[in-house]
Amino acid sequence: MNSVAIPSRFARWRNPSALPGFGLTLGFTLFYLSAIVLIPLAALLLRPWTLGWDGFWSVIAQPRTLAALKLSFGAAAIAAAINAVLGLIVAWVLTRYRIPGGRLIDALVDLPFALPTAVAGIALSSLYASNGWLGAIAAQFGLKIAYTPIGVVIALIFIGLPFVVRTLQPVLADMSLESEEAAATLGASRAQTFFRVILPALAPSLITGTAMAFARAVGEYGSVIFIAGNLPMVSEIAPLLIVIKLQEYDYAAAAAIGVVMLTISFVMLLALNALQSWAAARQ
Amino acid sequence: MRQAFRNPTQDHPAIRIALSAVAITFIVLFLLMPLAVVFSEALSNGLSAARDAIVDPDALSAIRLTLITAAIAVPLNLVFGLSAAWAIAKFDFRGKSILTTLIDLPFSVSPVVSGLIYVLVFGLQGWLGPTLRDHDIKIIFALPGIVLATIFVTFPFVARELIPLMSDQGRDEEEAAVSLGASGLSTFLRVTLPNIKWGLLYGVLLCNARAMGEFGAVSVVSGHIRGQTDTMPLHVEVLYNDYQYVGAFAVASLLALLALVTLAIKSLLEWRYADEIAAVHRH
Repeated sequence: MNSVAIPSRFARWRNPSALPGFGLTLGFTLFYLSAIVLIPLAALLLRPWTLGWDGFWSVIAQPRTLAALKLSFGAAAIAAAINAVLGLIVAWVLTRYRIPGGRLIDALVDLPFALPTAVAGIALSSLYASNGWLGAIAAQFGLKIAYTPIGVVIALIFIGLPFVVRTLQPVLADMSLESEEAAATLGASRAQTFFRVILPALAPSLITGTAMAFARAVGEYGSVIFIAGNLPMVSEIAPLLIVIKLQEYDYAAAAAIGVVMLTISFVMLLALNALQSWAAARQ
Repeated sequence: MRQAFRNPTQDHPAIRIALSAVAITFIVLFLLMPLAVVFSEALSNGLSAARDAIVDPDALSAIRLTLITAAIAVPLNLVFGLSAAWAIAKFDFRGKSILTTLIDLPFSVSPVVSGLIYVLVFGLQGWLGPTLRDHDIKIIFALPGIVLATIFVTFPFVARELIPLMSDQGRDEEEAAVSLGASGLSTFLRVTLPNIKWGLLYGVLLCNARAMGEFGAVSVVSGHIRGQTDTMPLHVEVLYNDYQYVGAFAVASLLALLALVTLAIKSLLEWRYADEIAAVHRH
């Protein structure tokens, strides 16, 4: 029959299938995606240009904006680096050792995903305030955590913790012990085996998990604003500055900061993706 | 002659103890203590003070708004997730990987920006602002805006759970059903749905937890009208900034309980139905 013999234009972009519902489900998917995600995001990308290039630049180049962006990205980077090390240790302990309450700890690792950020924010804030359980101890050493940039880093460590652990766990669990045995047979010390055999194999997922923790931390708002103290130029994060601009009805400035955040995150994720495929290719 | 033999793939006992100690300390400091402080602060003036804060009319209205929001947002994202997964997992077409990437997009957008984009579309100075005002339709600073922002931040949960799961399961069973004369709908209800029910529940669970706990995005579109447009997380913020710590932590402890129930069901599903929920659970 003609319809079978001659591939239509339609058939070129999708393989024929016996199952029904393709048009309906893809149509609804595209409609919903456009209405909820794509069109509103387009509104964000287009908005700052109502200021013109100079106006856009003057919003971004303000010392207060630059300080907020620097804090958001800097604190996120520090928190992600700390999570990379501690997350690796937690994942290692949970998959390799049998520790009491291991299953409970494992379930608890997801808490930052499940606990609303505002709840985490007020909890961390009262924990690390100078009269809080941990803040009081730190105060004895002359260290102030809440209402300083250190508080921001603490909140971002909390929020990013599960990403590294959860990305590493399945890889560690699937890793065969044979290459470790081979390394030991050939006379490698345990430390050599770890740094030359195990760590390179973990590198791609470690990088992925760290990048995810970083990306999440850059945009984080709820868990940070309570503990940060929100002092302009000192402990004011970029998402909070967006909220402040919105409260001043300065939509274009809010959008400008939002676009810069999105762009920097996007570029960094691309770079990390490249790094990750480089690490995977080196294997 | 006996010689102590240590398995070369196991760490030295001293290292095991040290790493376990680091991991447990980290988990206790960063996960357990924030959780404990929520309940401890809520109950610091006794159970009745906490109860009073929860049955306060403003708190009850916040609880109602949170439930209504989740009751609209979660089913919509459920339908979308099923529809997207059916189109992507059961058919081959061009642009599939771009579509999958776009569905994940909301996870890499800051919560504040997620709210901002709707202000830019529906706000007074937004694209549709003047039109909406002329017709007396309120979206921003009202329920529709809160629901939209919640849909955005929970957009990928169900879809990203179902897409890998349904792709793994292939389409043989559905094709068999259709070739035996089953309609599309009964194929879905009797063949596909039983195969994906636990994965679906898993996705809905995470979607719901985030929908009820979202703070940043909702905070931008809500307008903070007490007793009207404050959700539970926003009510926590209002009370906390009002120095009503017991009240703030009492409402927060409800949200923390929700998080704990979510984690418990999630762990149960992972433990009991590991093979029937997708391998990819990363957020």
